[in-house]
Amino acid sequence: MQNNSNNDAQSCLLRVANLTKKFGEFVANDNLTLNVEAGKVHALLGENGAGKSTLVKMMYGALQPTSGVIEWQGEQVVVASPAHARDLGIGMVFQHFSLFEALTVVENISLALPPQLRQGDLSQRIEDLSKDYGLPLNPSALVADLSVGERQRIEIVRCLLQQPKLLIMDEPTAVLTPQEAQALFATLRRLVDDGCAVLYISHRLEEVKQICHDATILRHGKLVSQVDPQVETAATLAQLMVGASVHQVSRQSNTQLDTVLLELKNLNQAAKTPFGVDLVDVNLVVKAGEILAIAGVAGNGQGELFGVISGENKQAAGASVVLMEEACNGLDINQRRALGAAFVPEERIGHGAVEHLSLTDNILLSRHACNDTESPLNRGIMGIDRAQLAALNRTIGTDYDVRKGREDAIAGSLSGGNLQKFVVGRELNRKPKLLVINQPTWGVDAGAAALIRQAVIDLSRQGSAILVISQDLDEIFELADSIAVISRGQLSKSYAATELSREQIGLMMAGSHEQSTAVAGV
Amino acid sequence: MQLLLERRSAALGWMNLMSPVLAIGLTVLMGGLIFLAMGQPPLTALYLYFIDPLTSWWSVEEVLVKASPLILIGVGLAVCFKGNVWNIGAEGQLTAGALMGAMIPVLFGDWQSPLALVAMLILGALGGALFGCIPAWLKTRFGVNEILTSLMLVYIAQLLLDWMVRGPWNDPNGYNFPKSAAFEGWHLLPTWGDGRMHFGLVIALFTALILYWMMRNNLKGFEVKVVGSAPRAGAFAGFSQTKMIWFCFALSGGLAGLAGLIEVAGPVGQLQPHISPNYGFTAIIVAFLGRLNPLGVIFSGLLLAISYIGGEGVQIELGISDKTTQVFQGMLLFFILMCDTLILYRIRWLGAPKNSTLGEPS
Repeated sequence: MQNNSNNDAQSCLLRVANLTKKFGEFVANDNLTLNVEAGKVHALLGENGAGKSTLVKMMYGALQPTSGVIEWQGEQVVVASPAHARDLGIGMVFQHFSLFEALTVVENISLALPPQLRQGDLSQRIEDLSKDYGLPLNPSALVADLSVGERQRIEIVRCLLQQPKLLIMDEPTAVLTPQEAQALFATLRRLVDDGCAVLYISHRLEEVKQICHDATILRHGKLVSQVDPQVETAATLAQLMVGASVHQVSRQSNTQLDTVLLELKNLNQAAKTPFGVDLVDVNLVVKAGEILAIAGVAGNGQGELFGVISGENKQAAGASVVLMEEACNGLDINQRRALGAAFVPEERIGHGAVEHLSLTDNILLSRHACNDTESPLNRGIMGIDRAQLAALNRTIGTDYDVRKGREDAIAGSLSGGNLQKFVVGRELNRKPKLLVINQPTWGVDAGAAALIRQAVIDLSRQGSAILVISQDLDEIFELADSIAVISRGQLSKSYAATELSREQIGLMMAGSHEQSTAVAGV
Repeated sequence: MQLLLERRSAALGWMNLMSPVLAIGLTVLMGGLIFLAMGQPPLTALYLYFIDPLTSWWSVEEVLVKASPLILIGVGLAVCFKGNVWNIGAEGQLTAGALMGAMIPVLFGDWQSPLALVAMLILGALGGALFGCIPAWLKTRFGVNEILTSLMLVYIAQLLLDWMVRGPWNDPNGYNFPKSAAFEGWHLLPTWGDGRMHFGLVIALFTALILYWMMRNNLKGFEVKVVGSAPRAGAFAGFSQTKMIWFCFALSGGLAGLAGLIEVAGPVGQLQPHISPNYGFTAIIVAFLGRLNPLGVIFSGLLLAISYIGGEGVQIELGISDKTTQVFQGMLLFFILMCDTLILYRIRWLGAPKNSTLGEPS
């Protein structure tokens, strides 16, 4: 179980020793020491907020450590900036890509390269490299037309052109289909065979077991353990990450009622922005007591679909949205809430909640026009009912275990998981007849995720209809009674969860159900 | 060498209130240095500028008279700026309100009743609001930047006023001076004290209190805050950004128009080409110095009013141009924005990145 890198100083490429990073009083990284060896994939595991990003940002020169040293090939270095890191031979692929959608692949790569590397036939080099490493890319393709997996390849190729000795990847599979992830793993294996080191950040334990040679586990900024992922099981890794055994979500079989609470018919909707996704002939039905999960890689029309159902986006003519057996065409989000619907958007900050407002203000945000509280929260000329909001905030805090500095904290001061529990709890507290929830546990720690999933299941077993949009297949199998898949704005028909395997979903995520006409443009 | 503004990790909450204090301190310091450079005794000049206006009842009254329009416009702009709506044209809305309200004395000079004054106040607010709705319409209909349109409309309003007092509304008995006939009786606001203090101060304070309550405890204020700072969360709450923009312009324009009417029905007493020493622009500083909080605006309005009186004071006593007022107001805005920025961000100096050898291109 002990990692063996200390014995072999020769192959140690990057070593950090006693590295500490403080933000004011908050210690993000506490005295971390670890070695990354050439020719190996080293996993950096930890929950959100464990300090993984802070650590790699220091390695990449984007942050400077408060104390401690970084050694590169045996020599102590100060990584002054990302440009300096690239000069040293450290490349990084971020979770969120920085690509210009209106430019081609080769133009994007050229923009990011230092002038010395821009010379010669860049297109040819890109093509050679991408073939060599199994990363098929067309250099003259427009980025806007490419899938997320292809965009990630651009970022990887961009790094590889600079011949890095260490490649840092931040949750690379979060945006990929299972098939795309397998292709990426093949590339990574090829890279380490060539002697490159890979630092792989993830919280997906199965894939860490599949491709990583070493694993360093962080919790609350401290190094918990260094293990051999081949020896550990996913369960023991999870336990090390969370610090306690993770609560399992339980569900009884649903008592299927036959009332249809959400129905979309013939929804064809052009995107609002040039790089948005058009929704093409979307039809779906969710019944009372049912959880329908929509799987799909991010950016395939999930946000657009959510907006049409919530009423935030005006729906196109010819389509019909029926909530609670009432035609909702033209109703705004508050009128839909008044019918008994509740919505949880993907982004907590800036969409589901306002960062600098208090929690009570954030309750008011989605509930000021619901009229399902004892008396209206908005009393017009009499002002806002602060006492009732404070009581609601206490109830939501207790029922959904929202941990906060003080009772009516500022939303932005809560951790991601606690804010998500609050945002979900705010809606569940209404006992809605229909819940539409986009990425319910995105970027949330395992404990909070289990609580949220259990609450969603409990609500459905009380006879509510639930539409879950998620890109996390584990979550989908944990929650769903039925599953549909969205890809490039087209929704498959829905299948019973028991009928589908991960592989079938993966194929559908890659577009196997799409009508050929829609793909013609790509 | 490279300069970088880096967001501070820990927000300094109490510094938000210290920022105006710091800005005022820096303004006084710089003002002293400027007086010194002009060969004037800095302490005497600063005393004349900031303290002397408060030493006689006459000048305190004068400060309150100047503070009234500043507070009235400032609270409207504070709400507007909270909503991320940048109405820079309050001076034009002030002029439009004065023109519209002056319809009663100019066209219906014989109507002498308290109702006439009420009608003037309403028309004044309406004129400002309607004029403010022009940039609102251009922005919501065509996406035109409201900073440009509201600013450019100032000159249109001022030239319209200029033309009106020289042409159609010129006083027939006024020897062709560019003025309307002087307002009389119920066309002027009730006054007290030495006859300069007028009812406008009551209106301004009352408005500030109402808007303070609205921003804290009314859904409309909540809507402005949410849509202004997080538009998508605003849509999630069911608030319309378009309606919020119209509301902000109508409110701030209406209050500026009311301030304009109060000026012509108060201290000025008639229409003339210049009815305001740039109250509409100074109110922008008032709003920021007051932390966009209607109660804070009362205090910053008083301070900026002192800067007008103090400017006149140093002109009389030391013979320095009254443009000092604008210098002081400019410095105040500069320092308040600087302090706000440095509270949220720190400056980092970066050396030139080291050049080390790169791998050969493949």
